[in-house]
Amino acid sequence: MSTAPRLTALDAVHRALGATMTDFAGWDMPLRYGSERDEHNAVRTKAGLFDLSHMGEITVTGPQAADFLNYALVGNIGSVGTGRARYTMICQEDGGILDDLIVYRLGETEYMVVANASNAQIVLDALTARAAGFDAAVRDDRDAYALLAVQGPESPGILKSLTDADLDGLKYYAGLPGTVAGVPALIARTGYTGEDGFELFVEPRYAEELWQALTEAGAGAGLIPCGLSCRDTLRLEAGMPLYGHELTTALTPFDAGLGRVVKFEKEGDFVGREALTAAAERARIAPPRKLVGLVAQGRRVPRAGMSVVADGTVIGEVTSGAPSPTLGSPIAMAYVDAAHAAPGTEGVGVDIRGTHEPYEVVALPFYKRQK
Amino acid sequence: MSNPQQLRYSKEHEWLSAAEDGVSTVGITEHAANALGDVVYVQLPAVGDTVTAGETCGELESTKSVSDLYSPVTGEVVEANQDVVDDPSLVNTAPFEGGWLFKVRVTEEPKDLLSADEYTEFSGS
Repeated sequence: MSTAPRLTALDAVHRALGATMTDFAGWDMPLRYGSERDEHNAVRTKAGLFDLSHMGEITVTGPQAADFLNYALVGNIGSVGTGRARYTMICQEDGGILDDLIVYRLGETEYMVVANASNAQIVLDALTARAAGFDAAVRDDRDAYALLAVQGPESPGILKSLTDADLDGLKYYAGLPGTVAGVPALIARTGYTGEDGFELFVEPRYAEELWQALTEAGAGAGLIPCGLSCRDTLRLEAGMPLYGHELTTALTPFDAGLGRVVKFEKEGDFVGREALTAAAERARIAPPRKLVGLVAQGRRVPRAGMSVVADGTVIGEVTSGAPSPTLGSPIAMAYVDAAHAAPGTEGVGVDIRGTHEPYEVVALPFYKRQK
Repeated sequence: MSNPQQLRYSKEHEWLSAAEDGVSTVGITEHAANALGDVVYVQLPAVGDTVTAGETCGELESTKSVSDLYSPVTGEVVEANQDVVDDPSLVNTAPFEGGWLFKVRVTEEPKDLLSADEYTEFSGS
């Protein structure tokens, strides 16, 4: 197997724009085009354009597609209406999180599952194995789509200028097939930035044409190309978990504070039900650690893996950290012992290369947009 | 991007000005600043500290990472740039000018500092 990174359909565009590229989950992706802080602020105040073609699309079809996904995933997928989307997870039999997903119901018997790039093969394999006995087909559509995202408060206006689709009727976590700049696209009102925005799934051969059309349509509104670096700080401010950081196979959705995605009341068995029932009880009675936000009082930046300390004792671990452009201070998400997890808890610090830097414990998210 | 001819350069991507009254100015190159991305925090050696060529004397944090700052020469620090501590983005916007880091009274220079042309070839930019 080749270890050469995979290139998206927009690779030539990124290089022409002078992007700094990075290897991400086996893909050569734009990290930033210019200043990552400027890109972050553009998404918060105007609009940003992202290439997210590394995300893993898996199509599920068949008369029992809904029953199958209800069995394979922890959410109640059968209750998702056509044209709507749901944030959900796929867990192991022991309740450990294999990945977090967005599932779009494209039709009565057709769904698109979008997995993280780093887990796409794992999710594909798990779904394929779990489909046994169901009248449903699992199809690897990773190469069938390029994914462009327009995120930020100006994104509805920019997209409206390029499509006749009913964007006002398209709610958050909904998706509809349409045409954008003459290109057939699945238009979804989803994102990973904490802002209003859209994700556009298109055939790779149209990706460049659509990118250019969005760039031109957005120029007057302040839209700029944005890389994965600002995507990470945007999602961190919005308190959104990232697989491999806040979510791992060692944690259940309840450990991650996301037990709400597990729907015990749905019909039939599902993979992980028994273990997750116990995990829900454990999280309710005696949570070992809780996911919290930390805001620095100083300027040194916490990073994933650093210890959270109180009174000279390790009480937790940072899972994600970065300077927050919106708050103007370094921020982090961390799992900490329940005794230190309440917002306002005093005396908490992060061990940054041997120095205990003071941090304030806050509730997540750090940032919530005004609607 | 071009590396000023009047400066000399280390392989750790610091630049060093010609000494005036025995004092040289130190900063990081534009190549290094671009590789770091937006610098958000700068920790500099304190006035009076002795720095040693090739050894760490501070750190630079960017959005994605933290990097050690190496001194290109040996000597005593006589000034640290408070402007860059207050506004670390100067490292990105003016690495060879307002984004300088500290001034040092040089007692010893390593022999392997590079000329601008040599550094350009070394760094590829």
